[in-house]
Amino acid sequence: MRTTLPVIIAFLSGFAMIFLFFLSPEYSSINGVELEPEILSWVTIVGGFTLLLGVVSIVRVNYTAVKRRKEGWGYKVATLVSIFAMAVPAIIPSSMSSLFGTGPGSIYDWLFNNLDAPMMSTMFAMLAFYIASAAFRAFRARTAEATLLLITAVIVMLWRIPMGEIVLSGIHENIPNLINTYIMNGANMAVQRGIIIGAALGAAAMALRIMLGIERTYMGK
Amino acid sequence: MRLTITAIVTALVILTAVFAFAQDAPAETSDGNIFRVDRINALVFMLIFSIVILTYTRWARQGKELFLRKISGLDQLEEAVGRATEMGRPVLFIPGINEIDEIETLAGLSILGRVARVTARYDTPLLVPVRYPMVLAAGQEVVEQAYIEEGRPDAYNKDIVRYVAGEQFAFTATVNGMMVRQRPATNIYMGAFYAESLLLAETGNAAGSIQIAGTAQPAQLPFFIAACDYTLMGEELYAASAYLSREPLLLGGLKGQDWMKVLIIAAIALGIALSTFNSGEWFLALFRNV
Repeated sequence: MRTTLPVIIAFLSGFAMIFLFFLSPEYSSINGVELEPEILSWVTIVGGFTLLLGVVSIVRVNYTAVKRRKEGWGYKVATLVSIFAMAVPAIIPSSMSSLFGTGPGSIYDWLFNNLDAPMMSTMFAMLAFYIASAAFRAFRARTAEATLLLITAVIVMLWRIPMGEIVLSGIHENIPNLINTYIMNGANMAVQRGIIIGAALGAAAMALRIMLGIERTYMGK
Repeated sequence: MRLTITAIVTALVILTAVFAFAQDAPAETSDGNIFRVDRINALVFMLIFSIVILTYTRWARQGKELFLRKISGLDQLEEAVGRATEMGRPVLFIPGINEIDEIETLAGLSILGRVARVTARYDTPLLVPVRYPMVLAAGQEVVEQAYIEEGRPDAYNKDIVRYVAGEQFAFTATVNGMMVRQRPATNIYMGAFYAESLLLAETGNAAGSIQIAGTAQPAQLPFFIAACDYTLMGEELYAASAYLSREPLLLGGLKGQDWMKVLIIAAIALGIALSTFNSGEWFLALFRNV
């Protein structure tokens, strides 16, 4: 029963979504309620309930590390303080004070704009340096394939930067167009589409296996 | 049996062609029809796909031998966990950063089950940071089941799978911190990844971990290929659970997929030929809205 019930629910949910995909718009609603977005909103509702699990998990893991003075426990204190500093003022209704809730001028809003957002941007900006180090390793001309990759990458990088485009156009005005046509829209796109078609078929096959209860490994079976 | 399948597939292709020609109604309008006529070709494609997959699944169940090409990344999974065991360091597994309703996350969880079995067998510490509470619940279930099946329920700890952050880059920062402080010997990334793919993989590389990645996001594949030791590309991620378990029922689905690829390649070749001779409009109409 522990496995059968989820399989039945998976089949019915999957079948309902497929059926609604083929149903005409005026037949896919009951009393003005569109069934497809309605079913999808159930996922959000279930997700809302499980949020408590996430909070319990993060607090338990970090609290245990602090209690046992594990390596880096200071970071765990910062995590715990951050969770409550963001969550508590946001949960208190804004009717009590404009500092509470999530509206403009609230504690939550200030923390988000002045701490959360800059930290996220910093992490994202670091990507540039990681790309440089990964590219350095990937482009080392050790084999014929790596050399080909290096030459292609240099040409594409030259084409992508304004100065490079001027230099390439100076050699021949059609070179930037040729790179775009043959490398980016030719070889690159063909390979990407091949991967996408394969992945789409794989995803569809897996969905079918899950719907029919053949694939149960995601439940640990 | 093969003849029957061929007959069914041919009949369905003809049916698609008939519907494609018959359709005059534009998309989003029904003209009084209960079903969307403009999507009938998608229905036929889905039926062909289902029939092929189910037929191969049936053959596999009957004991027919099915050939599977070697996937190095999956063959190395057990060895990578063995390396972590020898070094006395943990294995880090990330089932992507998407919600549970994404098929890539489910594929990642399937592989997590297999990895958890090996870590349970060798008594290797396992770390599974997740970004969504629903993935947390499903991941805990998968790992607990794996430990029970390996006869090691005592070694299971609820905090193996842990929720770390809901924000994409907060999640990345936390996982990078884990890599630097706990220095896992093996990092396994299986699922949907976006801009954080290289941030994770490069940090793992700098920490000296052996890394195996798998994703169906084409834009992230070059990053994983550059920074990881093995990378599963696109469909290989979805094939992993069948490949690792070698269960005939799951293997049948893989062979069915391969045949669908043959059909698609044939359709592309035919489309190119018809377009070259400027007579491919009727053929294009078959695939509109699929």
